[in-house]
Amino acid sequence: MKLLTLNFLTCAIKSCKSSPASFPLHPRDATLEIIESDLNLAFLRNILPRLMWSELCTITRELGLPALPETVPTGEDMVEKKEGEEEVASQTAKDLHRVLLETGIREGGLVCGNCGHEYKVLEGVGNFLLPGHLV
Amino acid sequence: MSRPEDTLPPDLFYNDSESRKYTTSSRIQKIQSDMTHRALSLLNLPSPSLILDIGCGSGLSGEILSGTEEHDGTPGGPHVWVGMDISSSMLSVALEKEVEGDLLLADAGQGVPFRAGTFDAAISISAIQWLCNAETSADTPTSRLARFFNGLYASLRRGGRAVCQFYPKNEEQKKMISSAAVKAGFGAGLLEDDEGTKNAKTYLVLTVGGGELDGDITGVVRGMDGVDVVEGRQKLGQRKRGEDKKGSKGWILKKKEQMERKGKVVKQNSKYTGRKRRIAF
Repeated sequence: MKLLTLNFLTCAIKSCKSSPASFPLHPRDATLEIIESDLNLAFLRNILPRLMWSELCTITRELGLPALPETVPTGEDMVEKKEGEEEVASQTAKDLHRVLLETGIREGGLVCGNCGHEYKVLEGVGNFLLPGHLV
Repeated sequence: MSRPEDTLPPDLFYNDSESRKYTTSSRIQKIQSDMTHRALSLLNLPSPSLILDIGCGSGLSGEILSGTEEHDGTPGGPHVWVGMDISSSMLSVALEKEVEGDLLLADAGQGVPFRAGTFDAAISISAIQWLCNAETSADTPTSRLARFFNGLYASLRRGGRAVCQFYPKNEEQKKMISSAAVKAGFGAGLLEDDEGTKNAKTYLVLTVGGGELDGDITGVVRGMDGVDVVEGRQKLGQRKRGEDKKGSKGWILKKKEQMERKGKVVKQNSKYTGRKRRIAF
């Protein structure tokens, strides 16, 4: 499961919906994997305003990944433009792509900060099925 | 032919053999890909977006979403998608195929576990008719549909769209699904391809307000060829047929009839029944 998806997932339990602690889900005993993919600049620009940056920093810290810059990068940071040349992805964009779209959780658990429910992740697929009484 | 929804719940119906059959059948692949392209043309995404695929199964539509324009004709792509499905066998087929999107094992009838404003768009191919069946006595189709549409509405960004292709069992089911979507706040409309034939395909087109659209399907299909708009909504203030104004002659006659059926003593109807009493002076 990509870290990008983790930046959007919340606890599925109804009583957690109103609590701010239900986001983000905290990884537990996670095994990470890297799946290489092509950099998609337009997508990064599109998704940037929707990211919760401080939560993303928390997650990378908990996973022991290299720290992200504290300030949120802007759309202009994503490209390096030289005179008369085409737009090229900057180092910031490459780093962001690495963290969001190439790094993922392979095995482990995701724990809700509010109710403590643990969602298992197996082979990169998160199990969000709930028992009937929690729906 | 019997409907799979009536035989087993989806997580049991799509077992290992059924999932494989579904994924390898070239006929199903063709139909699925046609429907995905149709749904994408309705979504009209201008740039690479984040898309939710509800009932992604083995990722047949996901492969089209992550394809590029030159490759498979995805406009605005390649998109990044997240898929959810209730059948673990289907998902394991998807894992084998190494699809690019993220997968979640989740029941759409339990809600959509994403924070508000996550997705640009949502797509669902041949899935939401399963929500019309509840497998436990504690659950009802209405509440499953409500949880799904409420969750979906919240997880889409303002101005976002969702297109859900589904196979309705009958008119009633069509109405149940679209009214559940309207109740959740969507601007909803049904688009039917090849209406009345065996290959009829029903698309539920949902819009979240705040965009450049008119707020419903009429804005989506504007400018499309061969689409007729049939207004199914009731005009506000228009009375349903057979409903009389309280105090009117029709209303009084109806009430008297009701009372008579209950066995009460009711005065006989005459030409004076329900007539206004004029002021004497």
